[in-house]
Amino acid sequence: MANDECQMPNAKTPVDVTDSRAVALEIRRHAVRMANAGQSSHVGSVLSCADALAVLYSGVLRVDPANPQWDDRDRFILSKGHAGSGIYAALALRGFFDPSVLTTHYQDGSILSGHVSHKGIPGVEISTGSLGHGLSIGAGMAYAAALQGKAWRTFVMLSDGECDEGSIWEAVLFAAHHRLDRLVAVVDYNKIQSLAPVSETLGLEPFADKWRAFGWSVAQIDGHDHDAMRAAFAALPAAPGRPSCVILDTVKGKGVSFMEHTVLWHYRSPQQEEFANALAELGVEPGAERTS
Amino acid sequence: MRDTFVRTLRGLAERDPRVLLMTGDLGFGVLTSFAKDLPKQYLNVGVAEQNLTGVACGAALSGHVVFTYSIGNFPTLRCLEQIRNDVCYHDANVKIVAIGGGFSYGSLGISHHATEDIAILRSLPGMTVLCPGDVYEAAEATALAYHTPGPCYLRLDKSAAPPVAGADTRFAAGMPRRLRAGSRVAILGVGGVLEDALAAAAVLDRDGLSCGVHSVHTIKPLDTRAVAAIVRDAALVVTVEEHTIEGGLGSVVLEACATEEVWPARLLRFALKNEFSSVVGSQKYLRARYGLSADALVDGIRAALEAPREMSAPQRSTRR
Repeated sequence: MANDECQMPNAKTPVDVTDSRAVALEIRRHAVRMANAGQSSHVGSVLSCADALAVLYSGVLRVDPANPQWDDRDRFILSKGHAGSGIYAALALRGFFDPSVLTTHYQDGSILSGHVSHKGIPGVEISTGSLGHGLSIGAGMAYAAALQGKAWRTFVMLSDGECDEGSIWEAVLFAAHHRLDRLVAVVDYNKIQSLAPVSETLGLEPFADKWRAFGWSVAQIDGHDHDAMRAAFAALPAAPGRPSCVILDTVKGKGVSFMEHTVLWHYRSPQQEEFANALAELGVEPGAERTS
Repeated sequence: MRDTFVRTLRGLAERDPRVLLMTGDLGFGVLTSFAKDLPKQYLNVGVAEQNLTGVACGAALSGHVVFTYSIGNFPTLRCLEQIRNDVCYHDANVKIVAIGGGFSYGSLGISHHATEDIAILRSLPGMTVLCPGDVYEAAEATALAYHTPGPCYLRLDKSAAPPVAGADTRFAAGMPRRLRAGSRVAILGVGGVLEDALAAAAVLDRDGLSCGVHSVHTIKPLDTRAVAAIVRDAALVVTVEEHTIEGGLGSVVLEACATEEVWPARLLRFALKNEFSSVVGSQKYLRARYGLSADALVDGIRAALEAPREMSAPQRSTRR
């Protein structure tokens, strides 16, 4: 197999994997670099969930980079697959593979596609990219775990725009009905979707109440506050017999001032000066990076 | 076929606790005993086929062998992207079971006519496609789906060809199964419409026209050499399916011929011609209406053999 996992270089993790803030910063830097090098889209969507990914992979998720298929691992599904560079960076930083592989993202012949693929990439559970799939798969995993009497948990990260998909609500009904309290939906609620703000496209409010009405236990917190997220994840399941939804209030493009709160950076790729400025805001020395 | 499937699956499930049967709220009266006796292996997901397929995928990737069950197009076309991206791309051990191939539920209308499913499902990488033609094949195909790792589509017809016996009629994965021996005409059929193929062959045989009938129960992966061997020896090759002509059995046979570079001397494809049925009718009625009945096959085959070669285009000989 051309994409065999064993071809991945061994991991050399440059950050303290327990320091979620350092990990988040590195995810952001990698995301901006990948968006520039591959001229790929969705950097704003990665930046909004970088903190959550960092917190999840810095002590919340029970995973083992040395044994990615460990039976009792927690499962994580990035259902908002357009933020693929974010999960690739998080996994590389966590030690699943060498961060140097990230430079191939979106390039000809790479295994790191713009939207998430699991083929040959240690740590990726599920390939995504078409919205509205991940929560059902996660529900199936959680159902199987319950059936097998296993304690592992399933986390599924959704985007807000993704909640336009009817299939999400099929899964929401299902998980509550079957009392899947080891299933956690994490919603990156950055309030902006592809073409316009969520509120102008297909309003979700009262969003938390919708999840509650469907029988989920809901927490709504600042998705850039690492302590708050750690506390919320530590308290899971928030209510026995209920699946949990953690709605993260986030800022699209968070961490790069000119990308924040903008629709533009859902699709735009950072060009030369933008790239340099973005990296500078993320603390990378000027001239330290090649631009394209 | 449906009862045979449930009975066979139940036997498998009793021996293997990994087996799960998930329905999209269909199977009234048919799944009751399975649900009662194997409650941990039965799940009614509700009227939500996208979720059904996603949940099945998640459970399969967590160690289960999952059969999804519903009628006609619901477990296939309604959730096609979940089948493609989730089940097939992850090579998940999910077996999609559609009750009611072709015009099985003819009187219920176009929503319940599964007449494009073979073409669509077989195009998916990694998908095994099984379409039994009689009750024996339904049992064998169910077991084959269970034993074959990865995605599988099992298309079950309401009708079924009558049972045939004999050493050459054993079910073998990937191999067309000979239901009736005959030399001059070779009919390859799929699904319950093989009952009409067998009836037509009997009539033609009485006229002195030796006519073999083969059930292509495994649409994919299909042994192309076995197809070529059937095609090579026949003066006329006929395909019969309750399915659209684009991408169905006729296409499968032609693709096998192309692979083997063995071409039929003559070929007639009996299938739906780029059309939906808006006419109400039983499976038998609709077969007759759309030129798939035994009578239609007899007429078409006779006309083709009597007509000059250039007049034997399948569309002309089967159109009503």
